[in-house]
Amino acid sequence: MSTPNRLRSPLKRAIGLGSAKYGTQHFVVQRISAVALFFLVIYVVGLLVSLVGADYATARATVAHPCHAVLLCAFLVAMFWHAQLGLQVVIEDYVHAPGLALVVQMLVRFACVLAALAGLFAIVRIAAGASA
Amino acid sequence: MPHTARPLSPHLQVYRWQIQMVTSIVHRATGIALAVGSLLVVGALLALASGPESWACVTRHAGAWYGLVFLFGWTWALAYHLLNGVRHLVQDAGFGYAISQFVRNGWLVVFGSFILTAATWGVLAARGVFA
Repeated sequence: MSTPNRLRSPLKRAIGLGSAKYGTQHFVVQRISAVALFFLVIYVVGLLVSLVGADYATARATVAHPCHAVLLCAFLVAMFWHAQLGLQVVIEDYVHAPGLALVVQMLVRFACVLAALAGLFAIVRIAAGASA
Repeated sequence: MPHTARPLSPHLQVYRWQIQMVTSIVHRATGIALAVGSLLVVGALLALASGPESWACVTRHAGAWYGLVFLFGWTWALAYHLLNGVRHLVQDAGFGYAISQFVRNGWLVVFGSFILTAATWGVLAARGVFA
């Protein structure tokens, strides 16, 4: 880094984390989830293509397979996490009324968490073999 | 927004459209669209969990002409966001920033998304999705 940083102790840099107090966490998590989704999306699209023409029992049995169930759960978590982080930035950029922005940010978080939980619940229900 | 009629900084409407801004805008637009689409993924999973009748409803709509058109657009949005996301990761690592490279890999992503979409639907057609 440039000269000013040499005058700071490593501790100062470690605990500083900038004015927002969480440093680059948003940036880092957005990229980690992006890398995870790169692989998971290819897997999910492949799974969907393989299920074309499959009947109900086959589709259900496929999702119920432990490997698919776990990977689909990972896909849901990564997807909604990534979506929340992305939508957060869009709202920060375009919603200028502070009150409205706060409400919309909260609604997006609620929707993402609820949708992720609903999806996980559905997969667990399918995997556990609960009948309709 | 300001209540007085102050002059604003130049925004989208004053710039000539170019690949650099289009790839960025489309990345956001497809991201928002895919976020909405993710709710449909959950809806389909809930339908699969709740029984053959609700699943039949999903497959009937997905297989209808409007469902296929929708899924085709969804495939392209996903392909674009995937490829441009990789481009962003490469840029984050510090590569491809020279203007000529930036323009070239922008077009690479655009045409790559068309090819990826066509390839996916080629496989789907071979598997009898239009039958």
